[in-house]
Amino acid sequence: MTAMTMAGAINRGMRAAMERDPKVLLMGEDIGQLGGVFRVTDGLWKDFGPDRVMDTPLAESGIVGTAIGMAMRGYRPVIEIQFDGFIFPAFDQITTQLAKMHYRSRGLINLPVVIRVPFAGHIGAVEHHSESPEALFAHTPGLRIVSPATPQDAYDMIQQAIASPDPYLFFEPKARYWDKAEVDEARVATQLSGEHGASAATAELSRGRVAREGKDVTLVAYGPTVRLAMQVADVAASEGRSIEVVDLRSISPLDSATVVRSAKRTGRVVIVHEAPTAFGTGAELAARVMEQAFFHLHAPVLRVGGFSTPYPGSKFEHDYLPNLDRVLDAVDRVMTH
Amino acid sequence: MDTQGPLSEQGLVRMLTHTGERIEDERFAPYAADLDAATLRAMWHDMTVLRGFDLEATSLQRQGELGLWVPSLGQEAAQIGSGYALRTSDFVFPSYREHGVALTRGVDLPEILRIFRGLQHGAWDPAAHGFHLYTLVIGSHALHATGYAMAMDRDGLVGTGAETDGAVVCYFGDGATSQGDVNEALVFAAVNDAPIVFFVQNNQFAISEPTTRQSRVPLAQRGAGFGVPSVRFDGNDVLASYAVTRWALEQARSGTGPVLLEAFTYRMGAHTTSDDATRYRTRADEEYWAERDPIARVEAYLRGIGELSDEAIEEAHAEAKALGRRTREAVKSWSPPPTSTIFDHVYAEPHTAVESERAWFARFERSFTDKGAHA
Repeated sequence: MTAMTMAGAINRGMRAAMERDPKVLLMGEDIGQLGGVFRVTDGLWKDFGPDRVMDTPLAESGIVGTAIGMAMRGYRPVIEIQFDGFIFPAFDQITTQLAKMHYRSRGLINLPVVIRVPFAGHIGAVEHHSESPEALFAHTPGLRIVSPATPQDAYDMIQQAIASPDPYLFFEPKARYWDKAEVDEARVATQLSGEHGASAATAELSRGRVAREGKDVTLVAYGPTVRLAMQVADVAASEGRSIEVVDLRSISPLDSATVVRSAKRTGRVVIVHEAPTAFGTGAELAARVMEQAFFHLHAPVLRVGGFSTPYPGSKFEHDYLPNLDRVLDAVDRVMTH
Repeated sequence: MDTQGPLSEQGLVRMLTHTGERIEDERFAPYAADLDAATLRAMWHDMTVLRGFDLEATSLQRQGELGLWVPSLGQEAAQIGSGYALRTSDFVFPSYREHGVALTRGVDLPEILRIFRGLQHGAWDPAAHGFHLYTLVIGSHALHATGYAMAMDRDGLVGTGAETDGAVVCYFGDGATSQGDVNEALVFAAVNDAPIVFFVQNNQFAISEPTTRQSRVPLAQRGAGFGVPSVRFDGNDVLASYAVTRWALEQARSGTGPVLLEAFTYRMGAHTTSDDATRYRTRADEEYWAERDPIARVEAYLRGIGELSDEAIEEAHAEAKALGRRTREAVKSWSPPPTSTIFDHVYAEPHTAVESERAWFARFERSFTDKGAHA
């Protein structure tokens, strides 16, 4: 076990992937000598050189589009999009090209491209630097979408995504980059060196986890809101309420089975994410819980998330984003329904 | 007549006049020097067969056998000439009108129609032919082509002088030159010295919009701003198309970086079978370009030098007719596979959303024959 921040865990995970497979290369803006604006690629340019840690022209569509061409020749590009709000110039390449090539080639072409996106808020940033666009991509078949909440998951999941034959959007909760925890480096290395390592990795990446067991309310979160959900569970416990926290980890596929299993036990579900609730991950999950656990529910499924406004100035983000009070309020409402 | 703009003849390399007389071009003549009469006749033959196929496909659409057809009519010289300049070590990224290039890459032409009959989105194995799938979103593939070329460079397939050296040719049209992706591709290719030939077929129309809506200067001039050497040539001249492309490919394969070519041609047909070109261009314009038909030009040249007999012409037309028949029979024989196949190949590894819908759909279908199976 080694103590790592989440940023450090992603850095070490990419290093391990690059050492394991010479076809893995990094592409992005300022990821070379500078080490990325969040320093997630720190030191990799020095050790692997500019051919494997490529500072690209400042054009997101160009980065994703050329990565597709390189992947067609067997490379495994790992792209850094500098900030969530800068991904949209690449939206066409991601949703129209990257997502569909395997399908339109009837399985002849695999595109193992990973797009890392530092996302979500709580860093006091200017406009376009705090967004949560995951649902826009989850609506597109052909993409896999994951988001780690802990350094251990960050370390494992980045390597699993790189090893998987499918394209990934890898949403990194940037406000959690500096969270520190002990990380076991051996387990994922063993998994990926196994005969069907990539399949096992993809299957594991598709599953959520129960982060804390409880019996009164199922609180579902992913990425940046998992820590908040754990805090809510602590506070609720002091008020005599037992909260089960599910960390989804994957948004596409969405591990609704884990949530439904929990919902059947607790009968109450609250979903928390930073993205606007309208047409979001929570809406999809609420529909599935209703379809599969309707007669077990004691209260309507509630969502807590961003409002239907553009991301406001950072002085307002603590109210715009789900916070302890707003989530506790939702817990109260499902308990007293 | 436009003398400076994107529809002018400014700077065009030409090796055959439209009446079939040979013009010596000092710079590019060496690249056509190895072209014997037999090879030139083979090009003419392929252009003729391609046109026959193209007209048959239009008929099949009119008769309701295809949802849509995208004719290559009038662009045979640009496509066949450049296609003949390719080697097996090269890789092509077509747009969606490059049926002539497909022919030179060994794609069986009727297979293309599986796409236009709505059976599948891709109809050949790109790796087997060195010919990627068609891309319908204008210009998107220019980036894929550039990335592929960058990867060929990494793989040591450029600049060794060996037969294994290769390059990428990316075909797109005049409209695509306005797309961000094409401009980004030029940037990425230039700064990475990628072995790629950007091949613009300026057929003068992006559906209804003339090239003057995309540019105020000839499109080949765009290259200079990116530091990419460019050549503009008569796209209805199969000799020029072959020679200029061969030059460009040799540049790219040698590792000196990208090249931009503009084949100035004319879309003799409509944009697609859904389009009506009479709404935006004149009969006089069409007649002017009919006199510059790319097949008639090389036919006149070959006849003039005594290298094309009446029998050879008859044979080629008979072959085109036979291909038309084979195409018609093939298209009518294709029936769609079971609907359950739409769930295949969404992902390389199983995905629960797709698998649960696949299972549900199977139960739903069974419920019509097997009462009670539908849950």
